[in-house]
Amino acid sequence: MDLSQAYDAMLGDLAGAFPLVLLAVAGLVIVVWDAFRNNDPLLPYIAGGALAIGLVFEGSQLASEQTTLFYGNIRAGGFAAFINMVLLGGTLLSVVLSVPYLRQIKHAYGEVYALMLFATVGMMALATGNSLIMLFVGLETMSVCLYILVGLVRKDEGSIESAFKYFVLGAFATGFFLYGIALLYGATGTVYLHEMQSGFAQSGATTMFWAGVGLLLVGFFFKVSAVPFHMWTPDAYQGAPTTLTGYMSTTSKAAAFTALILVLYYALPPERWTTVLAVVAVLTMVAGNVLALAQDNVKRMLAYSSIAHGGYILVGLAAGTAAGYSGALYYLLIYSIMNIGAFGVIALLEWDGKIGREQTMESLSGIGTQRPFLGLAMAVFMFSLIGFPPFGGFFGKVAVFGPAIDAGLTWLAVIGLLASVASAGYYLRVVYVFSFKSADERPAEAPATGTGFNVPFSSLAVLSLCVVLLVVVGFIPGLRDVTTHYFIDMAVAAGTL
Amino acid sequence: MLPQTVLRHCFPFFNAATDMYTEFVPLFIMIVLSAGLALTLLKLGEILGPNRPNRVKTMTYESGMDPVGTARERYSIKFYLVAMIFIVFDVEVVFMYPWAVSFQDFLEAGAGFGVIMVMLVFIAILAIGLLYDIKKGGLEFT
Repeated sequence: MDLSQAYDAMLGDLAGAFPLVLLAVAGLVIVVWDAFRNNDPLLPYIAGGALAIGLVFEGSQLASEQTTLFYGNIRAGGFAAFINMVLLGGTLLSVVLSVPYLRQIKHAYGEVYALMLFATVGMMALATGNSLIMLFVGLETMSVCLYILVGLVRKDEGSIESAFKYFVLGAFATGFFLYGIALLYGATGTVYLHEMQSGFAQSGATTMFWAGVGLLLVGFFFKVSAVPFHMWTPDAYQGAPTTLTGYMSTTSKAAAFTALILVLYYALPPERWTTVLAVVAVLTMVAGNVLALAQDNVKRMLAYSSIAHGGYILVGLAAGTAAGYSGALYYLLIYSIMNIGAFGVIALLEWDGKIGREQTMESLSGIGTQRPFLGLAMAVFMFSLIGFPPFGGFFGKVAVFGPAIDAGLTWLAVIGLLASVASAGYYLRVVYVFSFKSADERPAEAPATGTGFNVPFSSLAVLSLCVVLLVVVGFIPGLRDVTTHYFIDMAVAAGTL
Repeated sequence: MLPQTVLRHCFPFFNAATDMYTEFVPLFIMIVLSAGLALTLLKLGEILGPNRPNRVKTMTYESGMDPVGTARERYSIKFYLVAMIFIVFDVEVVFMYPWAVSFQDFLEAGAGFGVIMVMLVFIAILAIGLLYDIKKGGLEFT
């Protein structure tokens, strides 16, 4: 490396990593601002502005060629821009939903928005990282911020419990991840994803290599809450502030899945992992859906549903083809929209004063007749989560199950479809409770009819946006091709990188 | 030669045709030396030093805490705050060491200004953390 060029090269690369820098600086500005003017209501606007600018920038990068920055540590352009848009957009929607929600639960801390920005920086580093060290740094930046956000309501014992469980188990999983990185480095002599395959070809499949891959996959499976590493998910989701649950269940999963896709695509010869991924996918889909059926608590039900959706995405990964990976990315986009929306609706309907962690399905009886818009929005999210044809979820499932069938994993796709059918059991129950039960069936301690909550305009706007996106996303021409196209490009570029 | 044989013996999976351990032999020697030095000094102190035990001295060392008694003693949360701030600046110095060591190379290559700016940005970010801490009352012991 020529040292005199090093600094100029790094400085030049800063422009390509503009959203990362912008979000980090905006986060720092919020921290300083909050130090002088505690919990200023202006703070969410700084966060939202930075996210919107980042989103526009990444949108302009979609068509540009894929490159690596900072001596091959981070990817930019093309596919990286796509996943960054998912992350930035998800965070932006969550920020807008969080403002009235946090005010309602009287925890409108200014730091929340700084932490969300820092977490998003970590997610972007994780999702676009090209070396295992960058993945680890991103993963940790993201996780540490999320631990704090989960335990935001620090006087509530349920919230502390979830934050503590998430922290202890997450730290443990991070240990696995890091040890896997160390062993993989030992076995292949590189931490760069695109060099790993040649390192593997040189040294052959040593025990150390297999052990490293195993540990790395355990770390990834934990972060995407795949069965059997899913135990933390319901507990952490239940005690976290609801809009932030929506945030962490979508964006962090999108980032971790993208990193896993990159590792599988570049570093580890995919044909070897098909069986492992298929088995984990089956376990995740079956366990997630069956356990969700048994839940009476709304947030726990959505947590298990989120586990099940991780399983569907793993089906796309198990296919091991460019089409499978791009399908998984497409699914992540749609999953983010529907899950943020579903948690957004639940956040509006909280009245137990315990961030909704003890709210049962019954407590939502008749909301749909009193607030037709919320009933309609929830119905759209639920039908989309089932994978009902006109909505986005259907196209997402086609995108992950199709490549699996093409790759000869028809049995896996069949199990996925059966699991989706089973999932209708609990999703439709929500629709039923919302629209076909009368408000009189609500528990006695629920607030008086229709007056217990108000729907702020900003939340209404975000939910409408999610509904509209879910209805039209499958019909946007070329959107599905965007992800496919980039993966084929990547396959071509992989030889030259 | 010897450490390599020992390593091969202890970790049979290292036997892949890599020269990894020859690279890491200095590290291994370093671990052995540091552990050996620490243990030797402890033993030397015991042999050469005067030995006048009393009740307090023979107690297990627990960083100034009484080793026997309830483990559920309450102590101020301020300890954690100070410990967290300490860790931040401790790690900062750890990062500055390798930076300072390689600074001369960058200076000779004519990139000295840029590299010092990088470190200033790093320090500024940590200083913002300290500023936040002070403004939020993290250092007020009342």
